[in-house]
Amino acid sequence: MGSNVGKTLFVAFALCLVCSVLVSSTAVSLKDKQAQNAVLDMKKNVLSAAGLLNADTDVNEVFSKFTTVLVNLETGEIVDDMDAQTYNQREAQKKPNLSVAIPADADLAGLSRRAKFGKVFVYKDEAGQPQIYIFHITSKGLWSTMYGFMALGADLNTVKGFGYYAQGETPGLGGEVDNPKWKGQWVGKSVFNEDEVVALKLAKGTAPTEGKVAEYRVDGLSGATITANGVSSSIKYWFSDHGYGKFIDMVESGEVTI
Amino acid sequence: MKIKELVFDPILKNNPIALQILGVCSALAVTVQLKNVVVMCVAVTLVIALANMSVSIIRNHIPGSIRIIVQMTIIASLVIIAEQFLKAFLFDQWKTMAVYVGLIITNCIVMGRTEAFALKNGPVASFFDGIGNGLGYSFILLFVGFFRELFGSGKVFGYTVFELSKDGGWYEANGLALLPPSAFFLIGLIIWILRTKDPSQVEPQA
Repeated sequence: MGSNVGKTLFVAFALCLVCSVLVSSTAVSLKDKQAQNAVLDMKKNVLSAAGLLNADTDVNEVFSKFTTVLVNLETGEIVDDMDAQTYNQREAQKKPNLSVAIPADADLAGLSRRAKFGKVFVYKDEAGQPQIYIFHITSKGLWSTMYGFMALGADLNTVKGFGYYAQGETPGLGGEVDNPKWKGQWVGKSVFNEDEVVALKLAKGTAPTEGKVAEYRVDGLSGATITANGVSSSIKYWFSDHGYGKFIDMVESGEVTI
Repeated sequence: MKIKELVFDPILKNNPIALQILGVCSALAVTVQLKNVVVMCVAVTLVIALANMSVSIIRNHIPGSIRIIVQMTIIASLVIIAEQFLKAFLFDQWKTMAVYVGLIITNCIVMGRTEAFALKNGPVASFFDGIGNGLGYSFILLFVGFFRELFGSGKVFGYTVFELSKDGGWYEANGLALLPPSAFFLIGLIIWILRTKDPSQVEPQA
């Protein structure tokens, strides 16, 4: 019996040792490659939201024309003492020291917490003038929290592109937020109306092509009311003063330059 | 048993999903797109084969009291290694399959084969038994994935076959095919076909 217990312990120990060496050496040796993949993937998501991603795009080259800034959403000012490149807004939302609770009456997107700092990607032309601003936005859909990017033009009002990079909505219904044809409708719409209030949202059913509200409406998602509400509320929330509103005001007034 | 039988029997005669009813969970989860199916099949086949072989090599030294946990440790290690490789070399596929790769650990086929076969047979036979069962699993998954992708999104391996009506074509996508339960119907159909062809697979009535 004694030798049996000894042998059992020995086998268990030896097995754990072999397995852990195998697993950890694989993980360590592939780590750099995986990190590169993750960074490249994030860059692709940003470019795809801005409509700059084609099959033959050199992702790193195009992305190098972007400046990344961190914005203190509370004040609208740019944060200088943090590394904007490595900041992950999606992760920050979950960390107590990097996020704040959203007051219940302002929590349109159903998030309960938001990151203190927003990451904004700015695409500059050769003269150094900002041409495209890309904002990270999130909201609750029906099943999942949806994470995406909204790209606005130099006037910080006209939509250049919109898309989610992570969502778990019903395939074929809410999941149609990934449909390229539907995403294409966003281009050219306006976020704010004449009174500087967020007006862009999904229509009930098909969006009107003429009339006063046409430039603020995108087709609804049939059979996916709750996902559609999530999309609308994410815009309403993230471009209000609780989101990027103050930053946008300050860029427009010239108090903040990038 | 001959290697040929070990490899080809599990495809039709003794299919792990259709006859042994193992590993159905992942047959539901990853079969929306054939591209993911192929990655999943390769990963599962390799994991079964290598787990079978490793367990078989040390089978005479595994104490009966910790048999299951030893097998689990080997399987889990192999799955983690497989996932690390996917993350490094097939990042896009890994992103869409994320949790299901890790769930290969709980795929009953892997554990089922190490327990039922590898503990009693030599390493070479066990390795080919793993390959065979992996192929049997792959056969069902490819079948299910083919029909789900075709009817659900009008495509095969991402190439459009039926032009969808929402993109201006004639085919109205079948929403059910995009959802996991549709795989139940397809697996049911396969089992029906297999058992009609080979009545010896039908369980005796109680």
